[in-house]
Parts: sequence; structure tokens; C-alpha cells
Amino acid sequence: MKTVIHNARLVGCSAEAPCQARSLGIAEGKIAFIGTEPEGFNAERYIDAQDNILMPGCVDLAAWLREPGLDHKATLASETYAALASGITTLTYQPEPAAMVGNSAQFNLIQDINRQLGYAHIRVLGNLTQDLQGERLSNMGGLKRAGCVGVTNGWQPLQSLRVQRLAMEYASTHNITVFIYPLELALAAGGLVHEGAIASRLGFAAIPSAAETVAVAQTLALIEMTGTRVHFCRLSTEGSVRLIRQAKAQALPVTADVAAHQLFLTEMDIADFNPLCHVRPPLRSERDREALIAGLVDNTIDAICSDHQPHEIDAKLAPFQQTEPGISALETLLPLTLRLVEQGDLSLAQAIAKVTSAPAAIIQDPAGTLQLGAPADVVLLDPDYFWTLELDSMLSQGKNTPFAGWSFNGKVTQAWLAGRHIYRME
Amino acid sequence: MYKHLTPGALPSSMQLSSDGRLRHFLTIEGLPPLLLEEILDRAEQFLSLPEKQQKKAPLLRGKTVMNLFFENSTRTRVTFEIAAQRLGADVTSLDIRTSSASKGETLLDTIRNLEAMSADMFVVRHEHAGAAHFIARYAAPHVSVLNAGDGRHAHPTQAMLDMFTIRKHKGEFPPLKVAIVGDILHSRVARSNIHALNTLSTGEVRVIAPKTLLPVDAEKLGVKVYTDMDEGLRDVDVVIMLRLQRERMGSALLPSEREFFKLYGLTEKRLELTRPDAIVMHPGPINRGVEIDSRVADGPRSVILQQVTNGIAVRMAVMAMIMGSGGMA
Repeated sequence: MKTVIHNARLVGCSAEAPCQARSLGIAEGKIAFIGTEPEGFNAERYIDAQDNILMPGCVDLAAWLREPGLDHKATLASETYAALASGITTLTYQPEPAAMVGNSAQFNLIQDINRQLGYAHIRVLGNLTQDLQGERLSNMGGLKRAGCVGVTNGWQPLQSLRVQRLAMEYASTHNITVFIYPLELALAAGGLVHEGAIASRLGFAAIPSAAETVAVAQTLALIEMTGTRVHFCRLSTEGSVRLIRQAKAQALPVTADVAAHQLFLTEMDIADFNPLCHVRPPLRSERDREALIAGLVDNTIDAICSDHQPHEIDAKLAPFQQTEPGISALETLLPLTLRLVEQGDLSLAQAIAKVTSAPAAIIQDPAGTLQLGAPADVVLLDPDYFWTLELDSMLSQGKNTPFAGWSFNGKVTQAWLAGRHIYRME
Repeated sequence: MYKHLTPGALPSSMQLSSDGRLRHFLTIEGLPPLLLEEILDRAEQFLSLPEKQQKKAPLLRGKTVMNLFFENSTRTRVTFEIAAQRLGADVTSLDIRTSSASKGETLLDTIRNLEAMSADMFVVRHEHAGAAHFIARYAAPHVSVLNAGDGRHAHPTQAMLDMFTIRKHKGEFPPLKVAIVGDILHSRVARSNIHALNTLSTGEVRVIAPKTLLPVDAEKLGVKVYTDMDEGLRDVDVVIMLRLQRERMGSALLPSEREFFKLYGLTEKRLELTRPDAIVMHPGPINRGVEIDSRVADGPRSVILQQVTNGIAVRMAVMAMIMGSGGMA
């Protein structure tokens, strides 16, 4: 259906087509014009978006979608719909031991299920090693041909730095980005929270910042050696930000992301043993949190992701140490990012870029920008809509969020996926 | 059901009922000094009971106390049993490791079942920090929870019996210098003792250990940190030695028992660095020749066995105060 959205404030345009315009046309699933409606366009539908922001749909670099394998936690249907209603039109699927992506059949199964649903695009990261065991290399060439946008071992450890080096070399042979979760296991030594004053007080086994920073440093040395393109996932420490900043100054092929919750929560939030704040990497110190925001501001950190990890209720109903890490985070990705604008950390255009064009570039996806010919994955956002996150209203099957009760400004009111108008806020 | 997934109150605040009385006993942290003094005063009354013909004070008659030990500790369990029995309660001790938990039942289901058996108080020992807090948060309103040690986090009755022992020998806390020696990193006793000593305005609280056995930012717990034993012991009034688990040697935290004893073991010679009337304490069981010399452990300044006796009186006091809080009325 040919559609014209007019009277909107456009954010997230390309350099070639800057955002002074107030109208955008959709035809055949693509952005057909920005600005004045061309003669003969013959739109079938006009949408007056007065006072709303029109932006590209968000591209989330990390969603643990659970299906197939862990359907009791979440399904592709529940999570992709929750994503769309939250302004996320592209999700990056993370392989995990119960839901691996080691061959084209596993890749195709995910895409087949999702194609029938049609709520959001799913881009898939494949296994870096066979069965994520960290020993033998996966069939990366085949995974790339199948359509994987990168490879990763997630939080599963690699047997050695030698395996990492070889995996990176093999990945670069096939021009695939390697997504690294930096953690030096021996230093982490069974810890589950940030090593600092709170862990000392509560008596938790802890993970020092150096466990992440050392892993970043080791990987950077291997990038210098192999030239592999590496994306660092879920940075959490000041030291990591510093190292990535140096690496970018040396023009190494690196990018990095941070989970939105790391920008708002710290180790202080676990002081009441709140298992909803049990995350990996752990919530760090206030100083780390500030360094992460500074890293976003100077583009050391390219993207903000949700790191969405939905859980069934029992996974969080236990003493802290026995709970599973992770936050159900699709529905707070965009609201928390917009809060950075309210706080004056980022401009609106910068903030939107961190969840649209920047992550899209990392997975080399055409989405994430309002430009002619790009897929019409767009959302309308009412910037003045004041709302409070309530567990009962969450669309994700996972209700595990520490942000319940938080109030936000700005809500997605309508969304289009490949030109199809498939969400309108009730 | 989703309402369960909202953050709970801080452990310190959920311990008190609306009228400021003890509701659960989970940690010393955050409790007011007057309440700690009250525990000590109540314990004083119970201490003389065993000498009387009628050893019982039946304040808990008709109540059911369940000792839930998810982690083995015969000594601690027995002192809680005796304390509850002397107060006239019906006491059941469960070794949870060999029962429901091993069959896959969740902790919450275990608690729900025990509540259904009309429990009034759970005494909980658990390997994970925060477990007693978790149980207190989800337990039925008529059930109180007493933490008998959770992971490395807290062991509040041990701390109170230590405070009781110190007060018996030393009187007021403000002029005192107290040193806690050994494996501070893994010790719930050390954490609870530090909170208790600071709450009672102790003049100076010191911890003495090699850096591998000290928590990060230990100073933020409100202590002076010493890595040199001789320096740390100088002029202290109380020395609290901690038990050193032998497996620490194999985990690269320490080179050898021999070196540890040489540098951090409490010997008669080292004891001379303390004040002449200093007392020596230990939560037990002791490792002779590892953290403490036998001549010190059995010597005139040792109050280690008195701590055990005092433990029963203190646990009676805590249980009796919880009964009076209204939570179990």
C-alpha cells in the first residue's frame, strides 16, 4: 500500500538526504520519497503524524530469543511482537547452548518460523565453534552463505587463546565479523557480581573489572596479528572503553556495544539481593557507568543494545546466586536510550543513531536509516507520551526487569515493517 | 504472580516491624545500637538459667521452630536446638541437602511446604549469600526467619555472642581496639562482627590478613586494614581469630599452612604485643597450629569455650525478642 506520513519530525536520515523534510512516502516496501510527494505518486493512505517523530526502526544487536530450544522462556512470536511494539524492527539472534546456530538447517528453521510471523526481521549470529564447545571451528563459510551476519561463541568459553586466534583467522578468510564477549575466565573465577565494595559487604564471589579488560587487550593483540573484524559485545568497564578508544585511534577494525541497562544501573542496585539485577557482565561501579556514557558520546562505543534475555518466573525466584542472569529488555531499549537525551548526554539524532544506523552498519544491514530505496522499516514515536513500565502490560513473555515502575517520556505509536503497517498503539 | 518480580526491601529494613521491634534476624547491618544492647541485656538474663534447677523459660511454648540447614554445621545447629528447647518450643531440625532439594524441589516450594506444617520460625543456614533474606521475603507473614549463616554474607547470632563475650570481659565498647585476624574474604563471621562492633561504637576495628584473604575495598566496611600481624596486634584489647579453611592452600590464596602460621598464627609471643588483659576469641572449630597455637587456645586469655556457652543465651534472647515482635503472636 502506498502511504504518505506527513507533518512528522524526521530523525535518522542519511547525509545525502538530511532531515529537514516533514513527509516520507512508502511504496513497494521501500522508502519512496522524503520531502515533497512526487507527482503521480497516488498514495492510498495519508497519516498525519503531527507532533510525532518519524525514525528508522531500531536494530538490536543482541536478543536471546530462546526459540527453538527454550520455548518455556519465550517464543519468536512473543518476542518479535514485543520488539516491534517497542520500535525494534530488526533483532540479532544470539546462539546459546540450548538454541545453537551451527548449520544452515538451524539457521533456516529460525528464519522459516519468523517469516510466518512477520513482526520483525531476525538477523542471525552463527556459532564460532562447533556446538559452542570452544574447541573446534564451526562451518563459518557455510554459515555465512546461509545468511549469518557474524559468528560468536556468546558467553561460552574458548578452550584457549590459540583457538581464538585460529577462529579469528578463519573468520577473516570468509570476511565474517567475530562477535566477542570479553571475559577472562580464570580471573572471573566463579564470580557473579562486580568486585567492589558492595560485593565485599554482601560476601559475593566477584568478577574484577580486569577480567573483562584483560580479555579486550588479548583480543586486540590478536586483531593486530590477524586483521580480523571484531565487534566487542556488552562492554562494562572503564578500562575496556579506554582500550577500544586506543584501538580505534590506531584504525583497528573494531566496533563495540553496551547494554542499555549498564548505562543506568550500578553495583548499588544489587544491595538488596535483587535477582532482577543479576546480569552478565555484572553491574559495575558508578565510575564505569560514567565511562560507558563517555564512550558513547565520543563514539568509542558504537551502539546500544537491549541484551534481551527473557526468563520464566522461576528463573528469578531464588537466592541471587541461584538465579539466571539477564533482563527482559526489548521494551526498555528505546525508552532508556531516549533518557540519555533527557539527561543531556546525547543529542536526539546521536541517541537514535546508537540504536539504528550504527548497529545496522555493524551487521552490514541496509536498515537503520531513512533514505530513498531503503526498506521501509519505520516507526512513529510520540516524544511527549508519559508512561510507566508495568509488568502486567509487558508484551515479552519474560517479565524479568528491574525497570518496572520506572516512568518514561516517549512511546512508539505506530510501526511499519518493509512497508507493511503492522502496529498501532491501542 | 508477576508482583513477585519486583525488588524487595533492603535486608536491614525488613528485619524490623512497624513498631521497631525485631521481626526477622538476617544481618546486623542497619540495626540500631539500642536493639543490639537489648539483645545483650536479654542474653544476660538467660545466661544464669542453666545453673538453676528449672533450666527452661517457656516463652516459646506451643511454637514450632524449624532448623533448616542447607549446609552442614552440627555445632551451630545444636546450639539453636538447645536454645529453642530451653524456651519451650517444639524443634525440628532438617538436613535439607539430603531431602527435598536433592529431588529438584525449589527453595520456595520447600518453604511453602514447611509453612503448611505450621512452622513459626525458620532458622536457616545456607551456602548462598542472601538466602535467608530471600526466605524472609517470601515466607508467610506469621513466620519469622533467623539467619544462621548465609554464604560469606552474615552470621548475626555469632556476632552477637561475640559482642556478649566481649562485653562480659571488657565492659563498654567505645574505648576498645578489636582485631579480627585471618580469612576475612570468605568469613561471614568477620562481616557480621565488623557491623556489630561499629554499631556499638567500638573505638577501633582492625582486620589483619594477607591481601589474598582481604575483600576489595575492605576499608569501606569501616575497619583499619593491616597486612602485618605484629603491627595490627599492637595494643588491642580483643583478638578474634578466624578459622582458616585448608582448601585455601590449594586455590593459590596462600602458599602453605606453615607460612600462614608463621606470619599470621597467634602465638604466645605475638600475644605479648596486645594489651596485657587482652582476650582471645575464635568462632570454632579451631585449627591448632594453623591459625592459633594450642597454648594460646587453651591459655588463660582464651574465652573460646565461653563463647559457646554464651551462644545459647544469645540465641535464646534473639528468639524471645522475635516472639515478642508481634510477628508470631
